[in-house]
Amino acid sequence: MTPAKSRTLPLSKRGLSFETLMWFFTRLSALAMYALIIFGLIGALVMGARNQMNFADVMRWAFMPNNTHVQSTNVPDLAPWASSLWKLTASALMLVAVAHGVHGLVVIADDYVASEGGRKIVRLLSIVMMLSMSGIGLYIVWTS
Amino acid sequence: MGLKRNVGLLKGLRYKGQGPMLTFVLHRIGGLGMAIFITVHMLASFLGGKGGSFVNGIYESWAFQVFIFFCVFFHAINGLRITIVDLFPKLIEHEKEAIWVEWAVFIPLYGIAVMVIIKTALGG
Repeated sequence: MTPAKSRTLPLSKRGLSFETLMWFFTRLSALAMYALIIFGLIGALVMGARNQMNFADVMRWAFMPNNTHVQSTNVPDLAPWASSLWKLTASALMLVAVAHGVHGLVVIADDYVASEGGRKIVRLLSIVMMLSMSGIGLYIVWTS
Repeated sequence: MGLKRNVGLLKGLRYKGQGPMLTFVLHRIGGLGMAIFITVHMLASFLGGKGGSFVNGIYESWAFQVFIFFCVFFHAINGLRITIVDLFPKLIEHEKEAIWVEWAVFIPLYGIAVMVIIKTALGG
């Protein structure tokens, strides 16, 4: 019996395209967001969330560590929640999430838009949306 | 290539994709839900004013929180399963089991979040 042939193709034959890279980016950015969310979760607990917030409040903060997300809780002082550390964390999470999300919209659109021209328009719109939402997001994070 | 699927909506709904199909559909609903509503939420916060606080008021309602928490939790937990299985392709043989584990993680986490949101809405 001959051993099963390896099905792993060398990189040059795999057709490494932009879409392949984005497929990989989608997975890696998911892991990056997990790291940032867990960082926010631990930070919230260090800052006293255990006694001042409920589970839903803590998760809302972890998914986007912006100080307006803890305004409605019993946190006595918003200052530590509005520090540069959290603004930087929120900015990183927002930028990764916008890139991941906009690419997700392109993937969904590709299921319904098959023509080459249509797909070009989808990609152009996605770049415009990604840049504008990143800018708006940064503005909100750093001015709130 | 093209969009000639020759499958009607009713037939599509009766497609027996079962567990994996259900997670695919919910992943897409969750992703789209987040993309649409977080975009609107960000625009509302950016523009501010009366319209902005009106929209953000809707977002703070308990019913909307229950919806968006579903999108976020399901998309995050299902996404972690997809990431793990895709980065370690040998695990694809255990996909059915992975989906069961996924529900076992999602249901208690989401359940607690919904309970807390509704309890708070009812006045603690």
